[in-house]
Amino acid sequence: MSVAEGPSSARSARRLPDPKECQRLAEQMLAYAKRAGADGAEVLVRDGTELEVKVRLGEPELVKEAGSRALGLRVLRDHRAAVTYTSDFAPAAMERFARETVELAALAEPDELADLPRADEMAREVPDLDLWDDAVLGLDVAEGIRRARRAESAARKVDARVTNSDGAVFGRSVGASAFATSAGFSGSNRGTFVSLSVEPICDDAEGKKRNGSYWTAARFGGALLEPEAVGLEAARRTVAKLGSRKIATGEAPVVFSPDAGRGLLGQLAGVMSGGAVWRRSTYLAEREGTPVASPLVEIVDDPLVPRGPGSRPYDGEGLASRANVLVSGGTLRAFLCDVYAARKLGRRSTGSAARGVGGGPHVSISNLVLRPGATPAADLEKVDRGLYVTDLMGFGFNAVTGDYSQGAAGFWLDGGGRAYPVSEITISANFDALWKGIDAVGDDLDRRSSVQCPTFRVSSMMIAGS
Amino acid sequence: MNGAGAAPIEPASPLDAIDARLAERLLAAALSSGGEYADLYFEYRSGADFVMEEGRVRTVGRGVTLGLGVRVLRGDATGYAYTEELSDDRMLEAARTAAQIASSGGAPAPVAIRPVALPDFYPVPRSSLATPGADKVALLRRADAAARAADARIVRVEASLAEELREVLVVTSEGHLARDRQPMIRFGVSAVAEEKTAAGGQRQSGRSGGAGRFGMEYFDRPEQSPEAHGREAARLAVGMLHAVEAPAGPMEVVLGPGESGILLHEAVGHGLEADFNRKKTSNYSDQIGKQVASELCTIVDDGTVTNARGSINVDDEGNPGQRNVLIADGTLVGYMQDKISSKHFGTTPSGNGRRQSFRHEPLPRMTNTFMAPGQDAPEDIIRSVKRGVYAKRFSGGQVNISNGDFVFALTESYLIEDGKLTAPLKGVNLIGNGPDVLRKVTMLGSDFALSEGTWTCGKDGQSVPVGIGTPTMKIAEITVGGTKR
Repeated sequence: MSVAEGPSSARSARRLPDPKECQRLAEQMLAYAKRAGADGAEVLVRDGTELEVKVRLGEPELVKEAGSRALGLRVLRDHRAAVTYTSDFAPAAMERFARETVELAALAEPDELADLPRADEMAREVPDLDLWDDAVLGLDVAEGIRRARRAESAARKVDARVTNSDGAVFGRSVGASAFATSAGFSGSNRGTFVSLSVEPICDDAEGKKRNGSYWTAARFGGALLEPEAVGLEAARRTVAKLGSRKIATGEAPVVFSPDAGRGLLGQLAGVMSGGAVWRRSTYLAEREGTPVASPLVEIVDDPLVPRGPGSRPYDGEGLASRANVLVSGGTLRAFLCDVYAARKLGRRSTGSAARGVGGGPHVSISNLVLRPGATPAADLEKVDRGLYVTDLMGFGFNAVTGDYSQGAAGFWLDGGGRAYPVSEITISANFDALWKGIDAVGDDLDRRSSVQCPTFRVSSMMIAGS
Repeated sequence: MNGAGAAPIEPASPLDAIDARLAERLLAAALSSGGEYADLYFEYRSGADFVMEEGRVRTVGRGVTLGLGVRVLRGDATGYAYTEELSDDRMLEAARTAAQIASSGGAPAPVAIRPVALPDFYPVPRSSLATPGADKVALLRRADAAARAADARIVRVEASLAEELREVLVVTSEGHLARDRQPMIRFGVSAVAEEKTAAGGQRQSGRSGGAGRFGMEYFDRPEQSPEAHGREAARLAVGMLHAVEAPAGPMEVVLGPGESGILLHEAVGHGLEADFNRKKTSNYSDQIGKQVASELCTIVDDGTVTNARGSINVDDEGNPGQRNVLIADGTLVGYMQDKISSKHFGTTPSGNGRRQSFRHEPLPRMTNTFMAPGQDAPEDIIRSVKRGVYAKRFSGGQVNISNGDFVFALTESYLIEDGKLTAPLKGVNLIGNGPDVLRKVTMLGSDFALSEGTWTCGKDGQSVPVGIGTPTMKIAEITVGGTKR
C-alpha cells in the first residue's frame, strides 16, 4: 500500500480559519437577534480545521482532514434565556435562526439573575497571548505520517519486548473564534495546537498485554519533543509494566505522577466552581477562607499564560481574563465564577466563563496549575513502603461528599525506590483528607496540558488489592 | 436549515435532496485515486433540551447539525473527510480529500445504487420534537414536585429532558443505500438531600434517569414517569445520608439485575470488538472457540431490542442491526465486526459499525450488550453470601483493553451479612480483570433486566448510545475499593 508523501496537494490548501470573518458573522447575528426583539444576545462563532494521522506498524491507518464552522447564540428576553446553534451562514437562514431563537426563549421561565454582564465588567482589549504559530500550517499529511512513523519506529526498535503497537497519532488543529455580545464587547482570536502520541504494547504472562503511552503537545511546532524521544519514552513506560501484580490491601503513602495527579487536580477545580456552590453540589460549599489542603498546596487558574494550552484572551461572556488564586498556603481563597454564579452568590465574576457553540456560558478552568515545590521529584519516591501511581481508571469521585475511589496502576515503592509494577488495585480517601495529607510537592511541573501539576505525595491512603 | 422554531413542526429533511446520481458522482470522486471502497454518510440531527433548576426552566436549547462524512478504504487504511456545507463544491472537495489515502490504481466501475430494506426496531407513535415545548416543561414540573414531595430533606432538584432525531443516509460504493430515522429521548432527575446532625451537616445526592428510542409515549409506562424518576432520585439521595464506609479488599459480590451489565460492557464487551482483535491488542485475540468464561455465561450483543437506547435499524456502514451471540455457555464464538475487520477475518459485518457523527469514521462498537438469564432465584443468590457486597446502581466504568483490567463505580450498594442486605455503602469502586471475573461467575439469576438508564460508551474519542443488561449474578471474588479494612 502506498500513500502520497510528496508536497502537499492542492486540495489540502483549504481556506484558513479567519478571525475577522468570524467576528463579522458574530456581529451580523447579534444585529439580527436585536432586530428580532432580544433584550440581550451573545454570539460565538468558531471556525477550525483538523488533521489527524495515525500510523500503525509503519503503515498509515487513518488520514482525516476537515474544516468546520458553527455559531452559537444565546438570547435573553424578559429575563428568559434560549441557547441555540447552527452551521448555516446564509444571510436569510441566519436572520430566521435569530427570530426563532427569540421565540424559543418564551418557553423558558423568568429568572431575574439571567442577564448579560454589566457594561463596566466587559473586557476593554484583547491581549495577544501568542497562541498562533504559522509554522504549524506547514505540518501537512505527509509530514504527519513521517513524524508518526519515526515515533512508532523508535518505540518498536528500542526494546525487543515491545511486540505490538496501537500506533502513533499526529494531530494538528488550527482555529479561529469570535465573540460578540450586546453587553458591549466584540473580539476575536486564533490559535494553533499540535500533538504526537505513541502507544506501544508488550506481551506479558498469562496472555495479558501491557500498554503504555507517551505524548507531546504544544501550540508551537518548535516546542514539540522529537518524535524519537516520544517513542523511546513510550516504550520505556510500557516495558516497565511487565510483570504487574496486585498488592495486599492496606494503608500506605501514595505518590502521584504528573499524569495521574492531573485528574485529581481537575476534579478539585470542579468543586471550587461557583456553579457547584449554589447548586449545593460541592463538599467545599461553606469552606472559603478555611484550610482545604496541605500548606504546601498553591493552586492558580491563569488564562493569560503566553502560549498556554488553555489560555484565552477574554472569557466566554466577554469579560477580561485574569489569573485567580484558588488555594494558597492550603487555604481556599476563591470560587471560580461566571456572571450567573457570581450573582447567585452575591459577588463579582472572576472572568471564568467558558462556552462552546452548543451551550450557554458555564464556569470553566483555563490553565489550572498546582505550583511546583522545591523537592526534586525523584526524592518523593524515597519512602519505606508506598505506592507510585502512573495511571488512574474509572469514575469514583462524589463531588457532594468528597468521597474518592479510583482504579490505579503504577509501582510499589520499597526501601527508597521502585520495587515492582502494580495493577488491578484501587486507591481511596475522602478528598478533604487527601489534599490535606499532601506532604511533598515535586519540582517537575508538566506543562503539556491545560491542567498542570508536578509529582506530589499523599501521606496515607487506603489501597484495596488482594 | 436550522429549524430552531418555537413552533413544533417536524421539519422536512434536507436529506430528501440527496439522490442516487449525486451519490454516484461523489463516490466516483472518492475512488478517483485508487481507493478500493468508499462510503458517504449524510447526517441530519435536530434536538432540543430543557433544564429545570430551582423549580423553573432556566434555559431552553435547540440545535441542528447537517453534514456529510466521506470515507475511502484501501487495505486496512482509511481516508476520511467531512463537510457541513452540502454544496457540490464542498462535497466534492471532501470526497477528493478522503481519496488521498490511496495514490494509485484505477477507479472501479460504478455500481447501481439500490436501497436496502430495513427492519423497524423503534416505531414512534408520538414524536417528541413535534410535541409543543410546554408539554415537556410540564413533565419537568411533575418530576420536580415528586422529588420534593418525597422527603422533607430534599433541598435541591434538577430535572432535564433532551430529545433528538438523527436521520442518517448511508451510500456505499458496493451500491447499498440505507436511510434511517433514529429518535432518542432522555429524561433525568438529580436531587440533593441535607440533614442536620449534632456533628454538623450531611449532604448527599441521588440521580435517576432513563433513555431510549421513544417519542412522548416513553412517559406512559409507570416506571418511566416523571414522578417515578423524581421519587427515585430523592430515595437515592436520602438513602445515602446514612451510608457507611465500604470495605476494602477481595470479597464475594452479588450484582443486581439491569445496571450491573456495565460489568459485561467493560469486562468483555470492549475486548470483543473486532478491531482490537484484528490488531491483536485485546486479551481476547486468537481466543475464538476457547472457553473464556464460566459455563453459566452466554453473552449477547443485540441491536434489535425494541426501543432500546443501543438499538439500530442500520449501523453507520449501512448494515442492518443484528443479534450476535459473543460467548455461548462460556465459549467465545465471535467478535463484533465492522467493515474493515470483517474483511480481515473473512466474515460478514455484524451490524456493529457505528460512529458518533458525520465527523467520525466508523468503528466496531457495542449496541445493547447483556448476559442471558440463568436458573437461580435472585433471593437465593443473596442468601448464599455470608459477607459481601450487593451492587445495585452504577455511574460508570472503564477498561484497559490490552490486559482486561476494569473498574466500575457503584452509586448504590449494600453490605450483605449472613445472607441479608444490611447497611447502605458509600460510593465505591470494584476492580477486576475481565476474563478472571467471568470465570468466577458462580450463580446466575432467572431475573433478566435490561437497564433503562442513559448509558453512553466512549472509544477513541467517539461517544455512542448503548444498552446494558444482566440478571442477578454472583462473583466468587472481586476487589472492593472501599476505605475500611
